[in-house]
Amino acid sequence: MREYKGIMVLGEVSEGKLNSVTAELLACARLLADSLKEKVSCVLFGSRASDFSQEVIALGADRVYLVQNSLLDNYQAETYLYALEQMVSMGLPNILLFGQTAMGRDLAPRLAFRLRVGLVTDCLELSIDSAKKNLLMTKPVYGGSARAVFASDFFPQMATVRQKAFSPLPRDEKRTGQVIECIIIDPAVLQAELKTKVIGKKIEEYSGVKLEAAKVIVCGGRGIGGPEGFKKLEELARVLKGAVGASRPPCDQGWMPASLQIGLTGKIVVPDLYIVVGVSGSSQHLAGCSGAKVIVAINSDPEANIFKEADFGIVGRWQEVLPAFIEKLKELTKDA
Amino acid sequence: MDIIVCCKQIIDPEIPPSNLKIDETGKKIITPSGTASVISPFDMHAVEAALRIKDKLSGKITILSLGNNFVREVVKKPLAMGADELILLEDEAFDGLDSWAAAHALAAAIRKIGRYDLILCGRQAADWDNGQVGIGIAEFLGIPAVTLAKQIEIVDTKVRIERLLPDGYETIETILPALITVTNELGDPRYASVKGVLAAKKKTPTIWNKTDISLDVPHSKLLKVFQPIKEKQCQMVKADNPAEAGAKLALKLREAKAV
Repeated sequence: MREYKGIMVLGEVSEGKLNSVTAELLACARLLADSLKEKVSCVLFGSRASDFSQEVIALGADRVYLVQNSLLDNYQAETYLYALEQMVSMGLPNILLFGQTAMGRDLAPRLAFRLRVGLVTDCLELSIDSAKKNLLMTKPVYGGSARAVFASDFFPQMATVRQKAFSPLPRDEKRTGQVIECIIIDPAVLQAELKTKVIGKKIEEYSGVKLEAAKVIVCGGRGIGGPEGFKKLEELARVLKGAVGASRPPCDQGWMPASLQIGLTGKIVVPDLYIVVGVSGSSQHLAGCSGAKVIVAINSDPEANIFKEADFGIVGRWQEVLPAFIEKLKELTKDA
Repeated sequence: MDIIVCCKQIIDPEIPPSNLKIDETGKKIITPSGTASVISPFDMHAVEAALRIKDKLSGKITILSLGNNFVREVVKKPLAMGADELILLEDEAFDGLDSWAAAHALAAAIRKIGRYDLILCGRQAADWDNGQVGIGIAEFLGIPAVTLAKQIEIVDTKVRIERLLPDGYETIETILPALITVTNELGDPRYASVKGVLAAKKKTPTIWNKTDISLDVPHSKLLKVFQPIKEKQCQMVKADNPAEAGAKLALKLREAKAV
């Protein structure tokens, strides 16, 4: 019987680029592989998968499995599950990692139940137990108020990893690796068997800096009181060349689009500067922003939980604080 | 239309983090006595989704809850909102199951119920945030699963789902029976009417224990739970009035090279 060996990462490509979470996963996989003296492999799907093989090798992979099939160009649960199940039975990895992304949170549980193994989602830390050589998986629970450590006796040991939990390795263009092209079943046959069909897609366009890429984010909460209030936050964001986001209540109320929600079930962001206005600081929100370098909180409630997480705070009504804050910032940044 | 909604009773996720403690086994979160229990909020959105379908097409909604020590008025809330029946899988052995064992037990209960067109779950439970059980139930039952629904519509013998994406949504069509997990973008759950609350009081839940439902071994082992140590100290910016504080904050941020 073959042994389960190596760390396998499912790579993600979006908008023609390797997703940053893939680089983070490869860095994490590299640490685990070095401690186990095993190899890192990366699976890439889609007709342009080979464009990224050198990049994932430079970022830490020893082996790349390519499934260059146009049926896999966009994520679809059934086709991806089908293809990945085959890759796992071929590669028999000891550990299998996904990003806690839209794709990872949908696909990883499907595969775990299909393979009849355990899975720990949204991990912040992964390490190898020095005695047992098994994977220790740490995830936040109770909205981040506590953390839980899990292990599993089933192989592959599977985990999804929170975005930005690991920093990518510097690219090493001199690294070499093996590239293996794999073929799965005739796509037409597979397509005929699909039980779910994607029949439409609507992408919300939002002008302005993208949250994931922004160095400065201004985030508003329930305390902003309505869509008009967010105009003031947009003005602040413009001065700092940043983006505007929201906690869950403004999105649930329809003041802001759901795609701008920051938090456990929205976007996870790690800007250099995070200015939170009228946000109470629920753990569900903090899960999405606690990695920010500097957090500034403005809230009228001195007891608000957000002050426990912030570096700088002002207790006051944002309507009174922001105009002077913005004016002063304009003055300070006008030479820049 | 026969709809089953899986609802989990959890510790109220809105309680302050300082009220959470870890017990002496190092594996369990405990709270002061009297802390409120609620149905996981995402599951309440799933109940709302079921009620909206029933409003249009009529049918029967069965609520299925897995756990132990259920607070009757909490688990009866979906009945008060308009669901028809409540089945409690209640046993000490059902406490603290991992996603695998929970999905296994719920799938066994659903097979025992027998008739279903649609199974709805919240996108994840607001305590352990695993987001696995719904998908697991579908895998055990061999039916399609669609996650993160913000809208659900029955179209003839199929179901059409608006599925939330990071920057919008996609529309997915699948066959019935199917399992769908629901996200809060679907909209707020309705309030129970006084009539509904009174009707729910009169209903007796069906209770199944471990002799009725087979239990499988967990596939992930909880080793320990701990509370992270916070090192941050917030510097409060104070001044005679809010505007002055705002200006002072800007200067402080410049000093800290944050702007």
